[in-house]
Amino acid sequence: MTVTEQAGPPSGGGREDTPLLDLLSGFIIELRQAGLPVSLTENLDAMEAVTHIPIEDRDAFKYALGSTLVKNHSHWRTFEVVFEVYFSMRGDEYTLEGAADGEGPEGEPGPPGEGAPQGGGGAMSGLTPEQLAEMLMKALMNGDQAMLRALARQAVMRYAGMEPGRPVGGTYYLYRTLRNLDLDGVLEGLMDAARQEAPEDLTPLEERLERDEFGDRIEQLKQEIEAEIRRRLVADRGVEAMARTLRKPLPEDVDFMHASREEMAELKKAIHPLTRKLAVRLARKRRHGRKGALDFRNTIRHSLSYGGVPAEPKFRFPRPAKPEIMVVADISGSVAAFARFTLHLVYAISGQFSKVRSFVFIDGLDEVTGFFEGVEDIGEAVHRVNTEADVVWVDGHSDYGHAFGVFWERFGRDVGPKTTVMILGDARNNYHASQSWILKEMQHKARKVYWLNPEPRAYWDTGDSIVGEYSTHCEGTFEVRNLRQLEAFVEKLV
Amino acid sequence: MDFRFEDVDGVRRSLADANYLADDGIAGIVYLADRLGKPILVEGPAGTGKTQLAQSVADITGARLIRLQCYEGLDESKALYEWNYKKQLLRIQASGGDTDWSEIEDDLFSEEFLLTRPLLEAIRAEDRVLLLVDEVDRLEVETEALLLEILSEYQVSIPELGTVTATQVPLVFLTSNATRELSEALKRRCLYLYIDYPDLEREREIVMAKVPGVDANLADQVARIVRSIRQLDLKKSPSVSETLDWARTLVLLGIDKVDAQSATDTVNILLKYRTDIDKAVKEFADRPDDLVDDPT
Repeated sequence: MTVTEQAGPPSGGGREDTPLLDLLSGFIIELRQAGLPVSLTENLDAMEAVTHIPIEDRDAFKYALGSTLVKNHSHWRTFEVVFEVYFSMRGDEYTLEGAADGEGPEGEPGPPGEGAPQGGGGAMSGLTPEQLAEMLMKALMNGDQAMLRALARQAVMRYAGMEPGRPVGGTYYLYRTLRNLDLDGVLEGLMDAARQEAPEDLTPLEERLERDEFGDRIEQLKQEIEAEIRRRLVADRGVEAMARTLRKPLPEDVDFMHASREEMAELKKAIHPLTRKLAVRLARKRRHGRKGALDFRNTIRHSLSYGGVPAEPKFRFPRPAKPEIMVVADISGSVAAFARFTLHLVYAISGQFSKVRSFVFIDGLDEVTGFFEGVEDIGEAVHRVNTEADVVWVDGHSDYGHAFGVFWERFGRDVGPKTTVMILGDARNNYHASQSWILKEMQHKARKVYWLNPEPRAYWDTGDSIVGEYSTHCEGTFEVRNLRQLEAFVEKLV
Repeated sequence: MDFRFEDVDGVRRSLADANYLADDGIAGIVYLADRLGKPILVEGPAGTGKTQLAQSVADITGARLIRLQCYEGLDESKALYEWNYKKQLLRIQASGGDTDWSEIEDDLFSEEFLLTRPLLEAIRAEDRVLLLVDEVDRLEVETEALLLEILSEYQVSIPELGTVTATQVPLVFLTSNATRELSEALKRRCLYLYIDYPDLEREREIVMAKVPGVDANLADQVARIVRSIRQLDLKKSPSVSETLDWARTLVLLGIDKVDAQSATDTVNILLKYRTDIDKAVKEFADRPDDLVDDPT
């Protein structure tokens, strides 16, 4: 809270803005809670910024705050949600009293607000579901923004069945509303209508464009519904409580093992910039890398022209390291998400290394390098790995010992002094024999052996995890649960 | 201190007059940068108009654009200032042996022998200037520190001369393609603006504004197709400038309605990778859901 007081003078006028400044400091505290690194300077900048931009110009206000507080684009989503919660319009029309018994048409809560978009809200409560669906269809067809907003409100009132005081984040309400609206069916309906309207048959291209357009509009509708639910929840439960429920980890902190499908998609998108960054750094390192060892003979020979003084030391040409990487990944159920993700990454950076080979195992082991060769779509390759690779030996429960045995027998001779072996897995061995002598041999032959474990460090060596036994034979054992840790590791690797 | 802009709407309007179609965020942040006297760090994919924004703002404020193109290996002598040592040598020779050394020394490190480079030039300028530091992410982390003093204090310290402080706070734009994470210190001093690919309406307007002779229908189609292409998983999505090139090509070829054939023929203007082109062409031709007989 001291921050608020300090910010008083530079903001120029603490006059009637104080409630806003209070709101703002709460807002910034929430951002910090969500993991955004907001420094004191940035905090002060934000305080000053809001004195210049009127809160009525909501978009400009939002972006002004964003530009002072969020310095990384991947944090923008988090910022947006918190902003919605703290600075969304609040008013009587969002209270939930009426909605509790709200399936019926009389469940219209409070007077609809003023202005054109809300104007439709009051009239709509008398509609039958069929009429509502028809209006929705028409609004989507014409891309009528105001109408869509009104319909989103109506749909939430009607279908979400929101109850005051329930401590939920709104996902359930969203699900209920969307299920009732049947948007997939709506999309098909829209496509049919578009086909009929067209004078002749739609070409595939036109069809595709229409579909993208409608898909986009439906996506907007979904967001509108989500925002509406959020607004109502905020009105019901207050800002802080709501912000806490909605708090989600930042993309770089999302745990691989527990990532939802959406988060996984986000993570995959984040891989590309990551690899590009790595490529840039790698190239830089090569260029500026340390020179080779002193070339004594050459230095002496050059010293002759200075009368025997070795004025100009000569160095050998640096020999660029061309690491070969072997990735051995556990793809059993418990760590599958992590392994799949890492395979993505490895193949994205494979252009940077002279040779990357990958192996997957559960209790058997198979080489999958071939699946990736000449494949453009990595996702497809990973899918093939998961379905076609021959990795089950007995029962399909992880057996690290046996898998390592197979690896050593079939591919052991390919491990050489240039090879870096990366083993991905949680080392949960189902109480089978560990066969850790193989890792010991491997460490002797290979350049480096690393173990990446997607489990939190606190769980290591509990239950059937024997990562401790294996890690005595590795150059390093790393906890890699999120993008941040993975990035740190890969940096170390190159 | 006088400001360049009256209000947010003013910025929006004048940017539009300069043929730069800003979305909601951009105008607000430009206005704020003027009011707070802070630099703007513009980040985003290549070809979304980051540099263009700086140029347009320079146009509407009537400022002279001073541009520093960053590259790896850029150093103080290229970015800030350098002593003109050839001239200094001449000065020493010209004085002969009779002058007092301390006198010469004072003389040698005066402004006369200083070669200003973009950053110092922007600080010392008497007229209105706008400093554009392009592609900061190409600098090494160590060189980034060069910028810090300028960005926060608008001054440059020259050991032999003292500190040169700006007479007026120039608008400063930094652009970055995000090939690496910039340092916290740099980010903290800037307002952050992310320019993404424009949405459908804005892209259509941009095409309408920038491509002479394009009609509304074609612009709409172009924007829609580009949006569809961007949704594919590509190595490099088409940028705005590529969209414009494509629209210009279509106009030149006299195509007023894009069908699958003409799209396939000209897609190499939008996409630069073989695999991306193949993927897009396949998408153009395939009917996503049902496999009705193709009328073509």
